[in-house]
Amino acid sequence: MAQIYAYIEHHDGVLDDTAMELVVAGKKIAAGPVTAIVTGSGIDAVASEAAKIYPEVIKIDTPALAYPNAEVIRKALVNILPSGAIVLLPHGPFGMDLGPGLSIKMDSSFASDIVDIEGTDGNLVKLIRQEFGGVVSVHVTSDISSGAVLCVRPGAMAPDESKSASGKITDKSGDAGDLSANRKFLEIVEPEAGDVDITKADVLVSIGRGIEDQENIGIAQELADAMGAVVSCSRPIVDAKWLEPARQVGTSGNTVKPKVYMACGISGSFQHLGGIKGGFIIAINKNPNAPIFQVANVGIVADILEFMPALTEKLQG
Amino acid sequence: MEILVCVKRVPDTAENEIEMNSAGNDIERDDLVYSVNEWDNYAVEEAIQIVDKVGGSVTVVTVGDEDSDEILRREMAMGAEKGLLATDDAFSGSDCKGIATILKGVVAKGQYDLIMTGAQADEGYGAVGGMLAAMMDVPYASLVNKVDVQDGKLVIGREIQGGSQEMNEITLPCVLSIQTGINEPRYVGIRGIRKVSSVEIPELSASDLGVDAGSVGEAAAKVKKVDYFVPEKGEGAEMLEGSTDEIIEKLIEILKANGGLK
Ligand SMILES: Cc1cc2nc3c(=O)[nH]c(=O)nc-3n(C[C@H](O)[C@H](O)[C@H](O)COP(=O)(O)OP(=O)(O)OC[C@H]3O[C@@H](n4cnc5c(N)ncnc54)[C@H](O)[C@@H]3O)c2cc1C
Repeated sequence: MAQIYAYIEHHDGVLDDTAMELVVAGKKIAAGPVTAIVTGSGIDAVASEAAKIYPEVIKIDTPALAYPNAEVIRKALVNILPSGAIVLLPHGPFGMDLGPGLSIKMDSSFASDIVDIEGTDGNLVKLIRQEFGGVVSVHVTSDISSGAVLCVRPGAMAPDESKSASGKITDKSGDAGDLSANRKFLEIVEPEAGDVDITKADVLVSIGRGIEDQENIGIAQELADAMGAVVSCSRPIVDAKWLEPARQVGTSGNTVKPKVYMACGISGSFQHLGGIKGGFIIAINKNPNAPIFQVANVGIVADILEFMPALTEKLQG
Repeated sequence: MEILVCVKRVPDTAENEIEMNSAGNDIERDDLVYSVNEWDNYAVEEAIQIVDKVGGSVTVVTVGDEDSDEILRREMAMGAEKGLLATDDAFSGSDCKGIATILKGVVAKGQYDLIMTGAQADEGYGAVGGMLAAMMDVPYASLVNKVDVQDGKLVIGREIQGGSQEMNEITLPCVLSIQTGINEPRYVGIRGIRKVSSVEIPELSASDLGVDAGSVGEAAAKVKKVDYFVPEKGEGAEMLEGSTDEIIEKLIEILKANGGLK
């Protein structure tokens, strides 16, 4: 069995939660140690944290890696990893940037947005993915005979929070090789603050593509007014410019923690759910199989364009 | 600027209720309604806007069969000048790497400064653009939500966590995967599609593209779908049932109990 590596994301000196998830993913592929890879500049503290989770940690510490530019990190990994390596990445904006190209350069197989791993059968690792917004799941095999790059959905694996390892840290900064690249990081632009701060709201009436038309936004606003709530939304509503970006909930929007989150015409994609941290979730959706009903506390199968005005009317008495 | 945009025909999730077939190993595919992958419309729109600013032309390409003709024409009606259909029995069953290999053949037949894909399509791998770039040895950026053309290079924004934007400088030629929301894709009506209905769309086979048939298709695929299934459902939500009035009564009680009414 090839050696398994997990790429550790970290932000402002803190390990990403996926560090505790990829170690679990690795063990689902095969018994045996999973090696963490930590890259950056001045990352001793981060490497030590990773060593509490992983028995082996490879550290690549050089100013060229101060910002995690996937094009540069790919070069370092290709120089450092043995051929046939199995590399685990979080399936997020960084993993999506790095993974596909890395698999080509390593001449290995590639699969992403993996939600579970059912072990290995000979040269085939058995993966579970989802399609159509999570309405159906798919068994997928990936041939790992010449290695693999596998991107695992954040939050899909129950994390190993034991921090019981006392891993050995190996410094491979000297082996990273030529780190020049034709893509140069310039700066991070933070999102503009909007007129509303949905992260502070106790009650959110959140609308998704089920609202169907810009003209129907008023229906949600009227309900929110009657409830004393704030209107938030899923991403397609912001993409369509029907509401401002400050109202978006999800991994590429805001993380909210209201007392009550009422999801109206929202299917429940993992990127959307990634922005809801706690609270009582009420889901209203016309499709009884919508994945949102798996995570909601209370569900109602209804057409929101009829149900929301009816609820508003009742509340207004 | 010569721009190639790679597009895909996918089941339209807004138009279909996805259900399992009777054998329970695949989704029901009869009667599925197809359209252009959502992300690809943003990529084509961005390409058209770039060409409007700096000149050049937009070509759209898909790997598919004759059914893909309509999506190519839709994107041409948006303003792409040319359409290309890469089609060959040898292509069927390709995994992401197979598709990228075919597209590399397409790229080699033209003179493109910029290649775009959608950030992901129906299967959600988000892989073809990054693989293509690595095969071509040109730089790549994913989840692009801003493109600014400069002399021999681009300044691009990438979407990262929490709505932050990562700005980069990238040299040409390059491959970008485009994220939704970067622009507002223009509307195309039946009229626009009719206008391009007689434009010839060249078909390109494996041999036309110089692609070794053994390097693509099902036999070369290292990643394979086994079957579809519906996962065991957890406990899930407590479903409120009854007439609308009864449901609303119960819901108001639940809202009150959880601090959902002021
Ligand atoms: C990198 C990346 C980042 C992303 N970040 C985010 C993010 O931060 N936030 C986010 O939300 N998404 C994000 N997405 C998009 C995400 O994958 C989904 O596409 C999106 O969340 C779907 O939004 P939705 O649930 O409103 O729409 P859909 O998935 O289309 O669901 C609409 C739902 O409405 C129901 N419906 C339709 N009509 C009615 C009606 N009349 N009455 C009742 N129900 C109805 C349907 O049954 C369906 O369940 C991201 C995607 C990517 C690739």
